Amino acid sequence: MLRDITLGQYYQTDSVIHRLDPRVKLAATIIFIISLFVFNDIAGYIVAALFLAIVIKLSKVPFKFMVKGMKAIVFLLIITVVFNLFLTPGEPVLRIWKLTITKEGIKLAAFLVIRLSFLIIGSSVMTLTTTPNQLTDGMESLMSPLKKLKVPVHEVAMMMSIALRFIPILMEETDKIMKAQMARGADFESGNVIKKAKSLVPLLVPLFISAFRRANDLAMAMEARCYRGGEHRTRMKPLHYVKRDFAAYACVALYLITGAAAGRIAETVCALL
Amino acid sequence: MGIIKVKDLIFEYIRRDEEGNVEGITTAIDDINLDIEQGDFVSVLGHNGSGKSTLAKHLNAILYPTEGTVWVDGKDTQNNEYIWDIRQTAGMVFQNPDNQIIGQVVEEDVGFGPENMGVLTKEIWERVDESLKAVGMYEFRKYSPNKLSGGQKQRVSIAGVIAMHPKCIILDEPTAMLDPKGRREVIRAVRALNDVEHITVILITHYMDEVIYSDKVYVMDKGKIALHGTPREIFSKVERLKELRLDVPQVTLLAHELKEAGIPMPDGILTKEEFAAAFDECVNRAI
Repeated sequence: MLRDITLGQYYQTDSVIHRLDPRVKLAATIIFIISLFVFNDIAGYIVAALFLAIVIKLSKVPFKFMVKGMKAIVFLLIITVVFNLFLTPGEPVLRIWKLTITKEGIKLAAFLVIRLSFLIIGSSVMTLTTTPNQLTDGMESLMSPLKKLKVPVHEVAMMMSIALRFIPILMEETDKIMKAQMARGADFESGNVIKKAKSLVPLLVPLFISAFRRANDLAMAMEARCYRGGEHRTRMKPLHYVKRDFAAYACVALYLITGAAAGRIAETVCALL
Repeated sequence: MGIIKVKDLIFEYIRRDEEGNVEGITTAIDDINLDIEQGDFVSVLGHNGSGKSTLAKHLNAILYPTEGTVWVDGKDTQNNEYIWDIRQTAGMVFQNPDNQIIGQVVEEDVGFGPENMGVLTKEIWERVDESLKAVGMYEFRKYSPNKLSGGQKQRVSIAGVIAMHPKCIILDEPTAMLDPKGRREVIRAVRALNDVEHITVILITHYMDEVIYSDKVYVMDKGKIALHGTPREIFSKVERLKELRLDVPQVTLLAHELKEAGIPMPDGILTKEEFAAAFDECVNRAI
């Protein structure tokens, strides 16, 4: 049952977006997220929506996979919408008992919903089209200027990729320990929250011990294979920018300019009419 | 001097209590001498706690001697300058296949060693392809290690070591966690490396039937070498092996029992074919 969980929800298919260099995708996602918070008129969001729609179309990933990520934030969305609707001071539109909905409140709530949902969909496009490995490689390479500030960039990336490699193994192990404890009469299902939390102790203790043992073995195996940190290391799959990556950067820049200018263009058009 | 030479090796584990005071000393290895020639297939046998794994870790500079010296390809393991050369010359495969695979894709794991050594990208790919072919795992190169069987994972680990172009491979109970099919796969791969590539193999195991192909066998007990010789010499000493709490391959045991019962079977029979031939001869002579 636990084995079915897959982290780093990569969707295997062949598309232009899949083939892009992970650095491009990471940078574009960050720029896209920042742009969502910088734009503050409808025209900007229309441009963002168009951009996102084109990228999703190009990625060949079914739209329902993108929406899956939204489920996790539905609750958060509802709370922020409620707070923004009722607690923003301004021109009142509707009054229910002691609560007032203001025009400003509606605008803020709508913008927040758009921002958050675009943010989630935008970042799932990245994780759906990039393997976890490429992702860590891309991060290492993008963050490499931080090495000068003595940030252990290579080590962090290595830790991330090892964590990803061990997730399925530890899942399987959890499953095994759970079954072993259940065979000896442990009860993980019934009782209130506190009782359930307590019943996890006999599961977590052996899991931790085994994880430490594995870590110890792995460290020894890595040393035996001459691992000594990031220096002097060559790469089996080095990252190289090709033409399409530069084209993608250009597209992102184009998106930023149109998005930023969209509001003003809309204004001028309105004025002309 | 051979590829690996061990002289007067003693290794002690110091046990400490919670305050860090010495509680006691366990001598895991007690005065061992070894000399292994390039291209040999050497097995080290012993039951649990006989010190065989500790010995293996000395040959790869993971542990350092308390007393005595270990030379790998003429280099002293205690000299820090040589540590990476030594680890590249003497590759090591461990017991648990899950805990020694680093990559998330088979080919990336095999490339890990060469990457660490600073081999150029193009050559890494050549080495990865060639080592995966050598262990018969080339068609699985794009797989996730989690999707492979134990024997396949262990073959990937071996490929990961071969990709570093070692002169010698030390296998520390590589088959202990595998099923019989996985064990056969791994042993076959190891024998092929020794026969075809002439890589020195040091196989540490407690399965008797895995050592019959080796050139030399060392039997360890309580940190000392209790017996050494060719497999045939070792297996003719059935009574001594029983004393050391080691099993003898079934055919060898059968031949030994027959001899005890008065049938003139020769000592040290290792395979079924040998047994059949020898038994036939006995029967013919009797007629």
